[in-house]
Amino acid sequence: MLEIQNLHVKLAEEDKVILHGLDLKIGAGEVHAIMGPNGSGKSTLSYVLSGRDGYEVTAGSAKLQGAELLDMEPEERAAAGLFLAFQYPVEIPGVGNMTFLRTALNAQKKARGEDEVSAGEFLKLVRAKAKTLKIDAEMLKRPVNVGFSGGEKKRNEILQMAMLEPRMCILDETDSGLDVDAMKLVADGVNALRSAGRSFLVITHYQRLLDHIKPDVVHIMSAGRIIKTGGPELALDVENNGYADLVAEAE
Amino acid sequence: MALALAKTEALNARIARHSLQKGGWLGAARAGALARLGAMGMPVKRDEYWRYTDPSSLTVANAPIAALFDAGDEPPAYGAIDRLKITFVDGVFDPAASDDLTLSGVTIERLALAGKADIHWARDLFGLLEERGQTPVERPLATMSTAFATDGVLIRATGKVTKPISLIYEHKSETSDAILHHCIKVEQGADVTILENGPAAARLTMVMEVEVAEGGSFHHIRTQGRDHERRAATHIFARLASDALFKSFTVTANGRLTRNDVVVELIGHDAAAHIAGACVGDGDFHHDDTIFITHAGERCESRQVFKKVLKNGAVGVFQGKILVRQGAQKTDGYQISQALLLDDDSQFLAKPELEIYADDVKCSHGSTSGAIDDGALFYLRSRGVPLKEAQSLMVLAFLAEAIEEIHDEAIAEDVRERLRNWLVRHEK
Repeated sequence: MLEIQNLHVKLAEEDKVILHGLDLKIGAGEVHAIMGPNGSGKSTLSYVLSGRDGYEVTAGSAKLQGAELLDMEPEERAAAGLFLAFQYPVEIPGVGNMTFLRTALNAQKKARGEDEVSAGEFLKLVRAKAKTLKIDAEMLKRPVNVGFSGGEKKRNEILQMAMLEPRMCILDETDSGLDVDAMKLVADGVNALRSAGRSFLVITHYQRLLDHIKPDVVHIMSAGRIIKTGGPELALDVENNGYADLVAEAE
Repeated sequence: MALALAKTEALNARIARHSLQKGGWLGAARAGALARLGAMGMPVKRDEYWRYTDPSSLTVANAPIAALFDAGDEPPAYGAIDRLKITFVDGVFDPAASDDLTLSGVTIERLALAGKADIHWARDLFGLLEERGQTPVERPLATMSTAFATDGVLIRATGKVTKPISLIYEHKSETSDAILHHCIKVEQGADVTILENGPAAARLTMVMEVEVAEGGSFHHIRTQGRDHERRAATHIFARLASDALFKSFTVTANGRLTRNDVVVELIGHDAAAHIAGACVGDGDFHHDDTIFITHAGERCESRQVFKKVLKNGAVGVFQGKILVRQGAQKTDGYQISQALLLDDDSQFLAKPELEIYADDVKCSHGSTSGAIDDGALFYLRSRGVPLKEAQSLMVLAFLAEAIEEIHDEAIAEDVRERLRNWLVRHEK
């Protein structure tokens, strides 16, 4: 599904290198988790993959089902099936959540040469999906993320994911700022979307999210590289012993 | 002394081609206005109130040539709204393009005809609100309209008017210099909606005087024409009795020079005045909103919401003042003026002012200028919305607070559609 090879990334404005030759391969239907200490480049990886400004790729490639993501505009990556659930979802005053969702869905469909969804169909779809995520009608009417609590923002990310049905979902610290109940709700939303044709990359600091979203593979990232890869037990190991030993071992 | 002389000479040149109509109640009002105008002269850039907008093209003897513009690529404004149409072409009434001026709950007359009578209800309104609006700052172009307007409408609403009255202004001569003056009286408990649209002339000078009696409602939505080269100086003078409602919204797309003055006095208690504007300008575009709201009654509410989208060197001006008189307790005044600058060449000049002589009031004002939020833009794109569409969405979102001031959703949607079309045409 996603194949990243030897990815080198620096900040566009300064000579600070963040990713030093990162390799990562995620198969169809797999859930991978990336853990790592602060500043290891986890969020940078998610931004570079989704096409945010401010980063310069100096070497390497990132392919989604064989197509080079790094050559695409952010909207083209989305239409190709990439989705990033933001660590800090952005508030957009003046743009209604429904308008936003429908505009995004139809823009992707248009880019893929598919028929657009009618207003009626869309409404039915969004109501059903919102209900399972406990997003009420009021939240759908409000401007995107404006006045949403931390939990509501993250649920709104998962709603977008459910509506847009991407192939490759990246969750950037989706657990940050969530209480246990909210995390459970978000995890249930993600688990409901797991399928043979859809892959996930879950970026997190803590093992606890992985109790709810069970990964197939866990990677440890440090200083812009994957330093260790293992099964779910690797996450437990980190939870008990921290990153220090692993980082020392890698160096 | 030299300045006063220059103002007088400019006035003499400006009005040389216009003749003062005599006779009837209107003749007396015009003569009075001319005397006041003589003492003021024409405005010049050195006047404090014209600091950010050069009035010279509005005061020069002949209207600068304005090329005609074909706006046929989109349907005319309010096309889907059932309304009574009154059309002026270059300031001249066009009966063929106008409806019969009869409508339940209201009387509508043309100034040019009704002015000849000896007695008329408009005698107690015409030029009077304009004259009140001359303090503390002179607005000579408005007085010129009182003296020299060739036509206009006199509207007296006595009940709930069943459909909007739509004033349509067409521009068909490159050198037309139109002066119009309207009076609107909303009687106790009456309710009327006035729509205006079109460029009107190469140069337009216009006044609308609005008196809203107790419990009356006045709604006004204006779409200023798309002609790139037109110039306009418009004034609205309004006076509100207790429990009266006044709402005015203006959308402006294009126009070399637009100066929209709105002067509102809240005389009675518990009255509300909302004045809003959305303008979009690309290139040779100068748009000035100058607002003056006086709170004299208690517990009145006023809102000013002005949003400007500017690119390629376009200039936006906002001068907004709230004056709270002694005794106007529990006043609730709100003022926001914001510009979205789509490049580094555009400019927004804002002068918000509050002057408060009562001690139990709530007044707030804010003014900002900025670019489109990159974070929000990326968020939209990351969900698959193409760049241009995302930008349009952000611009409309920026304008939304102003458009929300339109009371009628069908009219609001008409305005939104026009703004969307403008954004598509001005993507570069």
